[in-house]
Amino acid sequence: MKQFLSFVRKEFYHIFRDARTMLILLGMPVAQIIIFGFALTNEVKNSRIAVLDMSKDAATASLITELEASRYFEVEKRLHTYKEVEEEFKLGNIKMAVVLPQNFGADLLHFNTAQVQLIADASDPNVANTLTNYASAIIQDYQNRITDGRRLPYTIKTELRMLYNPQMEGAYSFVPGVMAMVLLLVCTMMTAITIVREKEMGTMEVLLVSPIQPIKIIVAKAVPYLLLSMVNIASILLLSVFLLDVPINGSLVLLVLESILFTVTSLVLGLFISTITDSQQVAMFISLTGLFMPTVMLSGFMFPIENMPRVLQLISNIVPAKWYYIIVRSVMIKGVGLEAVWKETLVLFGMMVFFLIMSIRKFKIRLA
Amino acid sequence: MNAAVIAQNLVKTYGTKKEEVQALKGVSFEVAPGEIFGIIGPDGAGKTSLFRILTTLLLPDEGQAQVDGFDVVKDYEAIRHRVGYMPGRFSLYQDLSVEENLKFFASIFHTTIREHYELIKDIYEQIEPFKDRRAGKLSGGMKQKLALCCALIHRPTVLFLDEPTTGVDAVSRKEFWEMLRNLKQQGITILVSTPYMDEASLCDRVALIQNGEIMSIDTPEGIVRSFEHPLLAVRAANMFRLLKDLQQFPGLLDTYPFGEYHHVVLKPETTEQGLYAYLQQKGHTETKLQQVEPNVEDCFIALMKTAT
Repeated sequence: MKQFLSFVRKEFYHIFRDARTMLILLGMPVAQIIIFGFALTNEVKNSRIAVLDMSKDAATASLITELEASRYFEVEKRLHTYKEVEEEFKLGNIKMAVVLPQNFGADLLHFNTAQVQLIADASDPNVANTLTNYASAIIQDYQNRITDGRRLPYTIKTELRMLYNPQMEGAYSFVPGVMAMVLLLVCTMMTAITIVREKEMGTMEVLLVSPIQPIKIIVAKAVPYLLLSMVNIASILLLSVFLLDVPINGSLVLLVLESILFTVTSLVLGLFISTITDSQQVAMFISLTGLFMPTVMLSGFMFPIENMPRVLQLISNIVPAKWYYIIVRSVMIKGVGLEAVWKETLVLFGMMVFFLIMSIRKFKIRLA
Repeated sequence: MNAAVIAQNLVKTYGTKKEEVQALKGVSFEVAPGEIFGIIGPDGAGKTSLFRILTTLLLPDEGQAQVDGFDVVKDYEAIRHRVGYMPGRFSLYQDLSVEENLKFFASIFHTTIREHYELIKDIYEQIEPFKDRRAGKLSGGMKQKLALCCALIHRPTVLFLDEPTTGVDAVSRKEFWEMLRNLKQQGITILVSTPYMDEASLCDRVALIQNGEIMSIDTPEGIVRSFEHPLLAVRAANMFRLLKDLQQFPGLLDTYPFGEYHHVVLKPETTEQGLYAYLQQKGHTETKLQQVEPNVEDCFIALMKTAT
């Protein structure tokens, strides 16, 4: 036991004495939460638009005011001819143009129907989509107001209700994603590197010619990173709740336990990588391309898995972060309990056992 | 069975089938308990492979070896408890201080610095003033002393030192060998490898190794005694031309540059005078010939020539 504790202490010395390691370990989670929280967001705000109002009546005026009043749009320019619309797009000044045809108000009043054209710059399809949706919603709102009290024949009203995240805040989806990413990166990459470094520095040679068992080396290497990951889990959750106003709707205990399970899975995965590589570069390369990229792409955090081709959907099943992401989203945002995520938990647990067995079997008790 | 180390016909091959490199081609020797046994040979001779097999870090492709009566393949765990190993490269934690390194290795071997302090006392006292310094910031000689302390902390029965004096200054080298002699007094068997021929005389027995084969095993005196031909040291004003001319002379077995002189091995029928006359005739000035005692390096070169 003394042997084991002394090994753990040595690992802490390595971590605390290397500024770069410390920065990656403790700085990165905070930086990522803040970057994702404030800079990167898929909400579109204050987009510049142009208005071509060929009618210039009371109805168009109030519709334009409605658009302007929303925080999504800023009317950059009032246009006078249809030709100008394309010119503005080409100059890149605007993201969307709203065209109100002649006699808009009169048509609306007398024929009960009027048309609005929304032209969006679809070179960025996501933004174009979002903007036209926002604009449609505002126009719909306006229509509801003027028809208020009157009964229209044959109308189907869709009423939307956004469950669990009524404001559609981006933070709700990326906090679970960042947690998965940070824990995976810290645990897998750092542990993979730490064992390989012993090989590279030649210290593994001395450790092997000593009575310490390989399993103790592996566990002693993992312990400090497990502890530091708990610090990270705490700091991410604190930042999410107090800085980004993301609530923890479910059980905090369950969330922490699931996070520990995922941490251990990542640690074991890192150990497995370290047993099959011989240099820090290779270990880093495998961790980054083999794990980090799939985690970002295939965990469902950036891109919805449901929209992917079948092959990618299948591959996504072997990405541990996908399961953890589902668990965190369910527990933290939806507020459900273990009964809803036991399947995902079981998958993670299975992965952990699998990689543990693999790394013990692959651990070299000799140099070659 | 009471030998400290037994190696029998060890073979080790690296690389793929296409490009095979035989690092060891059937190496056998025995080391008696309490002996300082030197493995002497140039870089790439197979010294490190041999040490790694004996310290259970590598598996031999053929042959057997025992350390302290334990088989290096079957009983590797027992061997790892009782031997001390100092690899050729400095292999301690550079970011840990001198004292932290020593404490760490003590606890890895289930012991404390106190327990066998008398064994490392003389060595440790020399580096103790720097005990709070990071190991990476020590000089070469001090790193070596610290590594030796760490390898001795559990009072090993057999100590394996792979090129401990490579890259260490002359004074530290001398000190290092004195330490080894003291350890021998404590009854520790020491296997040490070195590329420096002049260190051979400091061992009890040496094995000369070249290209994965042991050429000779004997005491340093025995090895020197086995050199059976007269040996001359020759110098002249133009050393380069002298070597060329010596190589042309048919009455020689061998000639090679040796420090400030060229060493010349005479054929039995050749006389010193005959060689002198030849050099005079070639027009060499300031010619100086003198009979010298062969040392291990001369023997090594002679053995290399007969091997090929």
